[in-house]
Amino acid sequence: MTVTSLGIPRRLLEFTIDGESVRAPEGATILDACRSAGKDVPTLCQGDTLTPKNACRVCVVEVEGARTLVPACSRKAEAGMEVRTDTERARHSRKVVLELLASSVDLSTTPEVAGWLKEYEAKPDRFGPDAARVDEQPRIDNDLYVRDYDKCILCYKCVDACGDQWQNTFAISVVGRGFDARIAVEHDGPLTDSACVYCGNCIEVCPTGALSFKSEFDMRAAGTWDESAQTETTTVCAYCGVGCNLTLHVQDNEIVKVTSPHDNPVTHGNLCIKGRFGYQHVQNRD
Amino acid sequence: MRKRDRTPRIYNRLEYPMVRDSRDEPFRRASWDEALDRAARGLGAARGAFGMFSCARATNEMNYVAQKFARVVMGTNNVDSCNRTCHAPSVAGLSAAFGSGGGTSSYAEVEHTDLVVMWGSNARFAHPIFFQHVLKGIRNGARMYAVDPRRTSTAEWAESWLGLNVGTDIPMAHAIGREIIRAGLANEAFIERATTGFEEYRQLVEPWTLSLAEKVTGVPAAAIRELAHAYARAERAQLCWTLGITEHHNGTDNVRALINLSLLTGHVGRFGSGLQPLRGQNNVQGGGDMGAIPNRLPGFQDILDPDTRLKFESVWDTAIEPHYGLNLTEMFEAMEEGSLRAVYCIGENPAQSEADSEQAIRRMKALDFLVVQDIFLTRTAELADVILPATAGWAETEGTTTNSERRVQRVRRAVTPPGEAREDIDILCDLASRMGHEWKYEDSEAVWDELRSVSPDHYGMTYERLEEHQGIQWPCPATDRLEPTYLHGRLWESDPAARGRFAPFGIVRHDPPVDLTDEEFPIRLTTGRRLDSYNTGVQSGGFASPMRRGEYVELCPEDAERYGVVVGEQVQVSSRRGSVVAPVWVDTALRPGLAFMTMHFPDEVDTNQLTIEANCPIAGTAEFKASAIRIEKLPVALQVR
Amino acid sequence: MDLHFGDSKPTDEERAAIDTLLGPPESSWEGADRSDADLRWARGGRAARERRDLLLPGLHAVHDRIGWISEGALDYLCRRLTVPPAEAYGVATFYAMFSVKPRPATVLHVCTDLACAAAGASELCAGVEARLGPGSGVSVERGPCLGLCERAPAALAIKAGDPVRTAVSAPATVERAVLAASSPDSAPEEPAAALAVPQAGDPALMLLGRVGVVDPASLDDYRAHGGYTALRQAFAIGPAGVIREVTDAGLVGRGGAAFPTGRKWQATASQPDHPHYLVCNADESEPGTFKDRVVMEGDPYSLVEAMTIAAYAVGAHKGYLYLRGEYPRALHRMEHAIGQARARGLLGDDILGQGYAFDIEIRRGAGAYICGEETALFNSIEGYRGEPRSKPPFPVEKGLFGRPTAENNVETLVNVLPILTMGAPAYAAIGTGASTGPKLFCVSGSVDRPGIYELPFGATLGELLDLAGVRDGLRAVLLGGAAGGFVRPDELDIPLTFEGTRAAGTTLGSGVVLAFDDTVPLPRLLLRIAEFFRDESCGQCVPCRVGTVRQEEALHRIVERTGADAAADITLLREVGRAMKDASICGLGQTAWNAVESAIDRLGAYE
Repeated sequence: MTVTSLGIPRRLLEFTIDGESVRAPEGATILDACRSAGKDVPTLCQGDTLTPKNACRVCVVEVEGARTLVPACSRKAEAGMEVRTDTERARHSRKVVLELLASSVDLSTTPEVAGWLKEYEAKPDRFGPDAARVDEQPRIDNDLYVRDYDKCILCYKCVDACGDQWQNTFAISVVGRGFDARIAVEHDGPLTDSACVYCGNCIEVCPTGALSFKSEFDMRAAGTWDESAQTETTTVCAYCGVGCNLTLHVQDNEIVKVTSPHDNPVTHGNLCIKGRFGYQHVQNRD
Repeated sequence: MRKRDRTPRIYNRLEYPMVRDSRDEPFRRASWDEALDRAARGLGAARGAFGMFSCARATNEMNYVAQKFARVVMGTNNVDSCNRTCHAPSVAGLSAAFGSGGGTSSYAEVEHTDLVVMWGSNARFAHPIFFQHVLKGIRNGARMYAVDPRRTSTAEWAESWLGLNVGTDIPMAHAIGREIIRAGLANEAFIERATTGFEEYRQLVEPWTLSLAEKVTGVPAAAIRELAHAYARAERAQLCWTLGITEHHNGTDNVRALINLSLLTGHVGRFGSGLQPLRGQNNVQGGGDMGAIPNRLPGFQDILDPDTRLKFESVWDTAIEPHYGLNLTEMFEAMEEGSLRAVYCIGENPAQSEADSEQAIRRMKALDFLVVQDIFLTRTAELADVILPATAGWAETEGTTTNSERRVQRVRRAVTPPGEAREDIDILCDLASRMGHEWKYEDSEAVWDELRSVSPDHYGMTYERLEEHQGIQWPCPATDRLEPTYLHGRLWESDPAARGRFAPFGIVRHDPPVDLTDEEFPIRLTTGRRLDSYNTGVQSGGFASPMRRGEYVELCPEDAERYGVVVGEQVQVSSRRGSVVAPVWVDTALRPGLAFMTMHFPDEVDTNQLTIEANCPIAGTAEFKASAIRIEKLPVALQVR
Repeated sequence: MDLHFGDSKPTDEERAAIDTLLGPPESSWEGADRSDADLRWARGGRAARERRDLLLPGLHAVHDRIGWISEGALDYLCRRLTVPPAEAYGVATFYAMFSVKPRPATVLHVCTDLACAAAGASELCAGVEARLGPGSGVSVERGPCLGLCERAPAALAIKAGDPVRTAVSAPATVERAVLAASSPDSAPEEPAAALAVPQAGDPALMLLGRVGVVDPASLDDYRAHGGYTALRQAFAIGPAGVIREVTDAGLVGRGGAAFPTGRKWQATASQPDHPHYLVCNADESEPGTFKDRVVMEGDPYSLVEAMTIAAYAVGAHKGYLYLRGEYPRALHRMEHAIGQARARGLLGDDILGQGYAFDIEIRRGAGAYICGEETALFNSIEGYRGEPRSKPPFPVEKGLFGRPTAENNVETLVNVLPILTMGAPAYAAIGTGASTGPKLFCVSGSVDRPGIYELPFGATLGELLDLAGVRDGLRAVLLGGAAGGFVRPDELDIPLTFEGTRAAGTTLGSGVVLAFDDTVPLPRLLLRIAEFFRDESCGQCVPCRVGTVRQEEALHRIVERTGADAAADITLLREVGRAMKDASICGLGQTAWNAVESAIDRLGAYE
């Protein structure tokens, strides 16, 4: 919401998706165009506040003339492009990508993935019982959040959010290479020895629940986490004058999680440690 | 190194009213009726000697009703809030220059500017999400300069950090101004078109050569020159400050000295160019906007203006005192004199947040009657006659708050308050009715609509529009459009009539900190915030921050060596006012003769026993940022582990 | 930047290694002693953050001196360069040659890749490991191709110190490898590069003509053999003229993608954004490839001259030579050549008095096949993990440091010299219509005369193998390396051109021709290829990161199986392979299944 224009209006490009003619503003991605045309393409590593990393490859589509499939999340739409989202070739790659992920990491807390596995008839078990898995134990080294890399699909979103796209703290990086690559702090130490400032902005963007608030992790472990019983109310943080919008997730009149709207002009979905975790004082009741 | 695992004192929520018959008795639980009747009696007896401490953390609506309570029920303009302890100088300085007390730019503009000056502001810690906008700007190519005695996390991002002596901001600003003028970089067209007093300013800054400034500030002349040229040559520039500028005995003068630089270069009133004071509390801006200050009525309208008074008198059906009331500082002084006998304190903790806290407690103890309305039994509440349990403004109440970029945003009730706690407005109205004023507000929106009807700057902000736009910045005089994100574009109008009042240069002189360092107190103590803590720690103590390590007196490595102390060692820290024991931390961001503490852990280490109650005569803000202290090693027997 | 550092401090040795590279720290904020001036004024910001590209050289400096990278050394390097330690740790752990754990000062890298495996690498490893166990002061690392395939099996010893010492043992015996590792200084000198060129001395050679003929250390000798006539010609016809000649000559990239070089240069030259960069990709890591090494070792000035011409054509004033970390002799030869050229004004501010400025900086890789991918190479130079970027945008538009960049491999660049000296028409007359000029082939495996061969495009595979003296019992030929494909002994009439191999359903790739006789068990070979891709996948995208693991697992399961017993896994391989080919970000994942697929379909492996 700004009345001062920050650039010239973008021109519209015409191209086709699955044979239907669509128009999208210059600079829009194929995914943007698909979504405004009402066609959804599955995504995991794509984030609405982050530059597409196109690492997971679950959003691949066919573009006429391209040698390989292209990631819808990052490829910019071009005039005259012919995009096909649902060909056998695209569906095959999505299926295999889902199988590769589901056979190597725990997707049990990844929203929507169960539906996609079904839709694409993915059979992660086909790689056999000895198929290598990421095989990590949850790292609980502080009272605010848990890193359960057994659920990590290495989408890089946490690294980007902690890095130059938002937080600029650079507490985490991808370390190692290939299948052994992991998200870690320097020298692979505990979070408490790292540059981490506990803003939780990595958790905000994590698509699989590999990063979670301790409150959520504990409630899940106790079997009391119930999103259907939660309300979400957006208010304003009380910790300084910046005015960050907080969405309070409340279950049984207890705040169990704090997020921020991704389209908020003040926060763009980001918070600091106080906004993210500093709610406990209101519920210190006798 | 040893890390102390200290859990700060946990405050539990107040769930029911409490009263006591005399100050030496313990509190006992009371019904709302009894508590409110007692409050009504106590306050009623003190008409003419009453002060209201409103709350910079509560909603606009609550502040509106609180100031109305003071003005209508109690017939006084003695209403103020803790913005006095932080940003009143910003409001005073900005309104003196531009007629309006808000920051002139918006966060998004920082992302599109060419130069950012962070002056006396560790926004990386104190305003992390604002700093994300600064970082966006830096990533977009903006250059950032930091002026701060400490090389803070913020300063580590700067092209250039200028580590000046505490309290030498005016010499620094004047030297920058002089250099800009001498280098022919002043924006003569803007000065001519939109300002007054330039010639006087030129003469004022003329003695402040770079070499004199180097002597006084301690910063190399070349660094000052570079900043002067960078600021003046930038096409767009943002000048941002926080409490390092305002928490001085001459805070308003400091603010004026910075504003002068924007007038000199035309870095105000344009997209991307402006002045941003960063507010410390969620509704410091709104509290003032709502009239919870002694000199303004809601909508930042001057009490001395008869037409304005008339408007409010007719809406409120009352007579408004035609003079300014006492500000927070003056109210404390009036307590000392005995001319202020009763206080209604809402959501503030002056017993711990005021400079020279011992003195503040003594003064409050001497009151005839003290009502405290809060969500916790704070140190201030412990002094009260009646305690009223309220709701948490940000999570248990409907309403709005106004942030540092003047954006009014909705706060909403997400959880049910504990026990018998009631909303501030509800309590205020109930009390008002017991004192003869039947106010009926169906909900917070009704309060807001009343405010809209009297404040042109807020008129266009209906709750519906606030929701639609995720907040709207004032001014917003119309319901069908939005104004530019920056203020004072008028100064650039070619039509003199549209340009309005010209902005005067502030003729302010250097005045060093009151609390001088000498042989007995050789170290300059300055104060600030840490990333994971907030103010007196009543709120932030409630969660388990892995970074929190309690209060320390932070010294540079050289001083630690000089005093023969190591990290974690308890030392005696003394000023001319008091003395505390605190463990040592060593921070390379400090230099010899400069120490740092926070006020986050007053129950552990009451830093404000050290600070000086030397107040800005214009805004009343105390000089938290500059005390003279000494460090003494404790005898071995006193070492506590 | 507000960086966080732990309590670890560098040793004096580590500090010295870094300060030797970067110079002494300028302020206490960078690690010097605290001074009063520092506590009043600190510079930083953009200038400090822009030194990130020195991270990889810094890691090398520590590693060369100490043999591993400690927390204290990494933190100190980060402080000097304003790099977050977590990111630097991510970079250090990306490269196979670096260790972040204590390790003996000497590491013996033993190649277990295709050519060496066929030449008995596993016996060599076993023997060496038996001799150099714990306490020997040597760490033995089995690893991918060292680019010494003509002398397989090969081993490379690196002994950290000041200076770092290296010794190559190839062909290696247990005895010689142990000697190289335990006392690299007294190991016998490597044979001259010319020994890798069986045709050496043949006056018809255009690209290898000087190898074995000139003293590779002597600039004068280079000039006495036609050196720098091409550059003079370039200055005479101007940048546009150079691009026209290269375009008309029909030169296409020799790195494997066969993209027209003239078009790439034209696209770079015409970008309005500045500066432009030239990057020479000498990270030759494709198993079986060693031609760039031989050119750099045997005729280093030709690359200096060719890079100068290319930079002149695309409007670059700075060039980077990204050289494999496993090529110590090529590094020394190139360092020397660049220094000599600089001393003689053939690099620097005013080359040949023409007012054109250009200089070359060498950047050393550290053991990552993926860094041969053009955009991964940019990230590696810039001090990030060597992960490929998504394209578009293409390097000609946003390449190194986000600027327009022309990137070519060594062989492509040295082709520019004959183009300019003989003229485009004469050059284009060599080879076939679609594949012009001479081509270098890296022949190894079951041949009598392994080495680099230069032939005009159009010669058949059989002709090349005859030249190299192919041995009896040929079972298969791997064209293009691990990312290439197998062909059968009955397909030796395939013309060695881009179009000819394409028509035959295979690829020329980077010019690898690896011959295997029937004593080599094919499934083991395929498994080694799969291991290679699993090890070298950067891990960025799912199809490659997990797909290469699943491929290896399946090949492992069927290593002793055929027919119906293997059928299910072959189906699995096909499905995973197809997804890797279609959906991976870069060429590594896209080709990781090529060789296996061709072995199944063409050679009938597992039947």
